[in-house]
Amino acid sequence: MSTVLTAPPVETKTNYLNESYGIKSWLLTKDHKRIALLYLAAITFFFAVGGFFAVLIRLELITPAGDLMQPETYNKAFTMHGVMMIFFFLIPAVPAVLGNFLVPMMIGARDLAFPRINLLSWYIYMVGGVFTLYAMVAGGVDTGWTFYTPYSSTYSNTQVMATAIGIFILGFSSILTGLNFIVTIHKMRAPGLTWFRLPLFIWAHYATSVIQILGTPVVAIAIVLVGLERAFRIGIFDPKLGGDPILFQHLFWFYSHPAVYIMILPSMGVISELVTCFSRKKIFGYGFVAMSSVAIAVLGFLVWGHHMFVSGQSVYAGMVFSILSYLVAIPSAIKVFNWTATLYRGSISYQTPLLYALGFIGLFTIGGLTGLFLANLAVDVHLHDTYFVVGHFHYIMVGGAIMGYLGGLHFWWPKITGRLYPEGWARLSALVLFVGFNLTFFPQFILGYLGMPRRYHAYPEEFQVLNVMSSAGASILAVGYIIPMIYLIWSMRYGKPAPANPWGATGLEWQIPSPPPSYNFEKTPVVTEEPYVYSHEEAQVV
Amino acid sequence: MSEHTAVAAVEHPAVLQHQFDDLEQQMDASTLGMWVFLLTEIMFFGGLFAAYTVYRAAYPEGFAAGSLRLDLMLGGLNTVVLIASSLTMALAVRAAQLGKRQDLVAFLSATLGLGLVFLVVKVFEYHHKYVERLIPGPNFFFDGPHAAQAHMMFCFYFAMTGMHALHMVVGVGLLTYFIAKARSGRYTAQYYWPVEVMGLYWHFVDIVWIFLFPLLYLIGHRGVH
Repeated sequence: MSTVLTAPPVETKTNYLNESYGIKSWLLTKDHKRIALLYLAAITFFFAVGGFFAVLIRLELITPAGDLMQPETYNKAFTMHGVMMIFFFLIPAVPAVLGNFLVPMMIGARDLAFPRINLLSWYIYMVGGVFTLYAMVAGGVDTGWTFYTPYSSTYSNTQVMATAIGIFILGFSSILTGLNFIVTIHKMRAPGLTWFRLPLFIWAHYATSVIQILGTPVVAIAIVLVGLERAFRIGIFDPKLGGDPILFQHLFWFYSHPAVYIMILPSMGVISELVTCFSRKKIFGYGFVAMSSVAIAVLGFLVWGHHMFVSGQSVYAGMVFSILSYLVAIPSAIKVFNWTATLYRGSISYQTPLLYALGFIGLFTIGGLTGLFLANLAVDVHLHDTYFVVGHFHYIMVGGAIMGYLGGLHFWWPKITGRLYPEGWARLSALVLFVGFNLTFFPQFILGYLGMPRRYHAYPEEFQVLNVMSSAGASILAVGYIIPMIYLIWSMRYGKPAPANPWGATGLEWQIPSPPPSYNFEKTPVVTEEPYVYSHEEAQVV
Repeated sequence: MSEHTAVAAVEHPAVLQHQFDDLEQQMDASTLGMWVFLLTEIMFFGGLFAAYTVYRAAYPEGFAAGSLRLDLMLGGLNTVVLIASSLTMALAVRAAQLGKRQDLVAFLSATLGLGLVFLVVKVFEYHHKYVERLIPGPNFFFDGPHAAQAHMMFCFYFAMTGMHALHMVVGVGLLTYFIAKARSGRYTAQYYWPVEVMGLYWHFVDIVWIFLFPLLYLIGHRGVH
């Protein structure tokens, strides 16, 4: 494409990576790009920790007997897997890494509105991580990532407090990131960049940020109450003292259901960028895709009761929550249909990021449709707390959120590091991931339908074949994660230098050198048209 | 691509942060940032208020009985103190806008003083509750028909007023910082808005109390006609 490469002047050879060296220049940086890389290192570490527990779980479940771990140990293993993966990896993954790196660049700003708060949020994240890791080595926690009361508040003798403090602290990092994005998107857009000219990645992050700032404080107060209850036996969630354990579930899911959308919405934003770039077409139905992000954020707050169909909630509340849960399918389907319509008759090139995007569309569709089973009151009575649920949310979170994260990481890798990754290896690993993922989690739908409950370390013998398939798939999945880790690290040193715009993509971030200079834009750009203008006579970036 | 120059950066090199084009943008961003933060605070207290509502509806007698044990005089005094502090805070913002440094320091100090009065009164109240064995937990003792329910009411009393007091402590810290900065002439008629942004936080904490006071102190039937 003739678009970019406004041949960087000689003096801009310094970029955000080589402008200064030394550990201090990283740990005290206020540059959103460096903070994104700090987050990248941190979440990769926590992903590995969470993955380690997944390995333990799948090893235990190869045989029907509980022979590898004690039941208590198994409870800790799945709890730590959930806590690490959800709070420390999935929630920050796309916003804190890709969002941090790209939000200012995509809107033509030099940094986020509050760079110091941005750095602070990384430190808060790390402090929360230290508490949780401490809880892990000091004996672990066995309540499940959901911390249901009164077990968590009264009965569990594990490290509930340390973990809860860790997650409470962590929540503030999420809040501050969301706050920063909202203010930045409102106040720092380049001249001419109106709301409906924003990239869909920005819309998705805006919607995510709204959930982060409105939901996270509620789980924070729920955790505070659990902590008070454990420390002082005040009885807010203890039925013996007149408390109501279901209230905790309400407060918890008021955040934790929208949290699912914190995980998936940013990835959806990534997919919108990938699909349009690799089919060389304008996105189909821009306004609908943008507004569906907002609709998901709004509806996401109204469906928490569908986690409580069988826990004593009133039948009428259950009916309302069931209907509202079905409604979420509409904006989700709008996205999937619009992505497919964008691909239709596009000039598709099967580069690695698009492979991940296609994987996302397929897997998210399965995850979403199985969600409808669970939103159905009668069917949920049968499927609740079975492996069907486990399969469903892994299709959304791993098949959806992580596919989007990896696709985005590959897509923007040249911009982040200034190096190209090896395309052959990347395509191979995308394929390995897709196969491994399906082999791991598809059998779990069948297991759940047959009645295998979740969170047990032993199971009847007739479930063994499907469980062995799942464990075998998990080992393939692990290979699929390790290959990219190796070649991406390799490429930082040995990869071919990347041009400013290797994909010929539109968007302000591709108009500046790779890697970008610290101040991003030498001159504040002026935007004169809508995004995703891929038809060739319009491709002259203004 | 036309150039968008940051003229203001030349005029106010000291206070303009590099990511902003001009001071107005910086002011807008700071103000919006505080409003967004206050939204999260509303949700934070909202969780507590929701839990309060659930138990108040479930145990109305116990909550009323517990409420009668609170000190209406001290609670009322604190309400007046906080409303007065909101006034001095608003006057401080006004002084900052006009660039009157001495007025600014005086009004901020008055606000700080009132905030401290509130906290001291709160300490006395908590101490009374301790003496009367109304602190939730094993030592709780309530003489009356709805002891267990009143216990729940005191859980909320301490959780809610405690959270509020914590926010007051943060506010007092902020005020101290701002007074020091104001004395050294940091704020001018052009660069007044940090005071305004901090004022937003102070007013918010006051408003939380305006809701807490009736919900906790005024729900009993004291027989006053």
